[in-house]
Amino acid sequence: MNGIEALYLPFAEFGFMRRAMAGAFALSLAAGPLGVFLILRRMSLMGDAMAHAILPGVAVGFLTAGLSITAMTIGGMVTGLVVALLAAAVSRLTPQREDASFAAFYLMSLGVGVLLISLRGGNMELIHVLFGSVLALDDAALMLVSSASSVTLLALAIIYRPLVLECLDPLFLRSESRAGPVVHAVFLMLLVLTLVSGFQVLGTLMVVGIMMLPAAAARFWAISVVGQMAIAAFGGAFSSYVGLLLSYYANVPASPAIILCAGIVYFLSVTFGLQGGLWQAARRAHARSLRLSRNRERDVLGKQ
Amino acid sequence: MSSVIELDEICLGWRDKMAVRDLSGRFLRGSLTAVVGPNGAGKSTLLRGIMGWVSLLAGRIRFCGRSGDDVAFMPQQGDFDASFPITTREFVAMGAWRRVGPWRGFSFRERDRLEEALAAVGLADFGRRPLATLSGGQLQRALFARLMLHDADIYMLDEPFSALDRATTEDLMALLEAWHAQGKTVIAVLHDLDLVRKHFPQTLLLAGQGVAWGPTEDVLTPENLHLARHLCAGDYL
Repeated sequence: MNGIEALYLPFAEFGFMRRAMAGAFALSLAAGPLGVFLILRRMSLMGDAMAHAILPGVAVGFLTAGLSITAMTIGGMVTGLVVALLAAAVSRLTPQREDASFAAFYLMSLGVGVLLISLRGGNMELIHVLFGSVLALDDAALMLVSSASSVTLLALAIIYRPLVLECLDPLFLRSESRAGPVVHAVFLMLLVLTLVSGFQVLGTLMVVGIMMLPAAAARFWAISVVGQMAIAAFGGAFSSYVGLLLSYYANVPASPAIILCAGIVYFLSVTFGLQGGLWQAARRAHARSLRLSRNRERDVLGKQ
Repeated sequence: MSSVIELDEICLGWRDKMAVRDLSGRFLRGSLTAVVGPNGAGKSTLLRGIMGWVSLLAGRIRFCGRSGDDVAFMPQQGDFDASFPITTREFVAMGAWRRVGPWRGFSFRERDRLEEALAAVGLADFGRRPLATLSGGQLQRALFARLMLHDADIYMLDEPFSALDRATTEDLMALLEAWHAQGKTVIAVLHDLDLVRKHFPQTLLLAGQGVAWGPTEDVLTPENLHLARHLCAGDYL
C-alpha cells in the first residue's frame, strides 16, 4: 500500500468506514454553520450546554425503547427545548441572566441523564451515548443525520437574513419585524436537532467539538459570515476524514480522534490564519518595526 | 398641527423599577423634538416604551393614523455588535428591510437608493469596508444611512451624536433637519443642550417624569434644568 492508497483504501475496503465518513460529513455540513452563528451570537458555550441538556431525554428514550434512534431523538429534542424554555423563563421572570439559568438547568439535566442511563444500562451504554459510535452507523442513523443536516441547512438558508440581523442588531430587527423571537426559537430547534442527530455519530459530548472547533477556526480564514460558514463546514468534514484515518491506522477511538483533528485544525488556524492569525500578526509587527527603523535611519542620515 | 404620538399619563419600567412616570403630552406631526434630561432620567426608556419594548405599567400610548407601522429607530452604538463580520454596504442595506424582507432580492432601484444613502452621509467609498474597521463617527454615519434607506414617517434616535466631533455632528444634524423639512417627525435623545437650543424647535425635559415639554426656549430655562437635576438626584422624590 503506497501513500496515496493509504488515504482512501480503508474507505474503499470497509463499508463501516464509508458509513462513518458519510455520517460525519453530513453532520459537519450542518454543525459548522450553526457553530459560526453560535460564536457570532456570543453563545459559544451554548452548544456544549445544550448537548448536556438533551441527555435525560436521550436516556428516557433509551430506557423505554432500548437503543431506538427515534425514541432517543424525540426524547433529546423534548428535553433540550424544555431546558431552553425553562432557562429563558427564569431569565425573564427574575433578574438572573440567561447564561446562568441555562447553566443551572443543563447541569441538573446532565445529572438526571447520567443517573437514568446508569439505572438500566451499564458503562458501555453510557459510553456509547456520551461518545457516540461513528464506526457502527446503521441505515437508520445515517438517514437521521443526513435528514437532520438537510433540514438544518435549508432552514438556515430560509432564516439567514433575519438571523444575521438578530445577531448584529436585535433592536433594529425588533423595530422592523416580529421575526426576532421566531428566528431565535427556530435557531435553538435547529441546534437541538443537530446535536441529537450528532450524538449518533460522535456522542453527546463530542458532537459539540465538530460544531465549535471548525467554526472557531473559520474566523481566522474568512471575513464574511457565508465564508465562515463554508469554511466551518469544510473544516469539519476534513477533520472527520483525517480523524477516521487516524482512528483506523492508530487503532484509537474514532470520535475523539475526529475532535482532536478538529482541534489541530483550530490550532493551525490560530497560528497561520490569514485573518488575525499569530503568524500574520508577527509578520505585520516585524514589518512595522523594520519600517520604523528605516525611517529612523533616514532621519539620522538627513540630520548628518 | 395634528399629533402623531400621544402619551396619556404613562408609566414605563420593569417589575421592580419605574423609569418614567405620569408623563402626558403629544409629539406633533412633522415636529423636530429633542428629549433631554440628566443621566437616568428615562430618556432612552421613553423611546423604547413608545416602541413597545419596555412595559407600559400604566397609561396609554396612542399612535395617530397608521404611524405605528412606520417608525424607524436608531439604537445607541453599544446596542449592536459593531464587530460583526459584515460590510458597511450590507449593514446599510438592512434599512430596506420593509421593502425587501427576509427573501426578496435587491432591485436596481434599491441599489440606487443604497448608493445615494451612502453618498449622503459621506461613506460612498466605504461600502466594501468591514463594519468593524469603521471609526465611531463613520459608524454613526452608517447608522444614519441605514435610517435614510428606511424612509419612515417617524424617526426615533437614541443619542445619535454621542462622542462625535463637531463637524460630524453638524453634517448629521443637517440630515435630521432635511427630514424635518420633508415633514417627517423626528424625536432624538440628546445631551448637548447648546445643540438642542440651536437646532430643535421642540424639547421634552425628562427627570423620571416630565419636567417641561414645548418650545425649546420655554423648556430649557435655568429653573427647569435645576428642577430636573434635583428630581434625578432624588431630592424631590
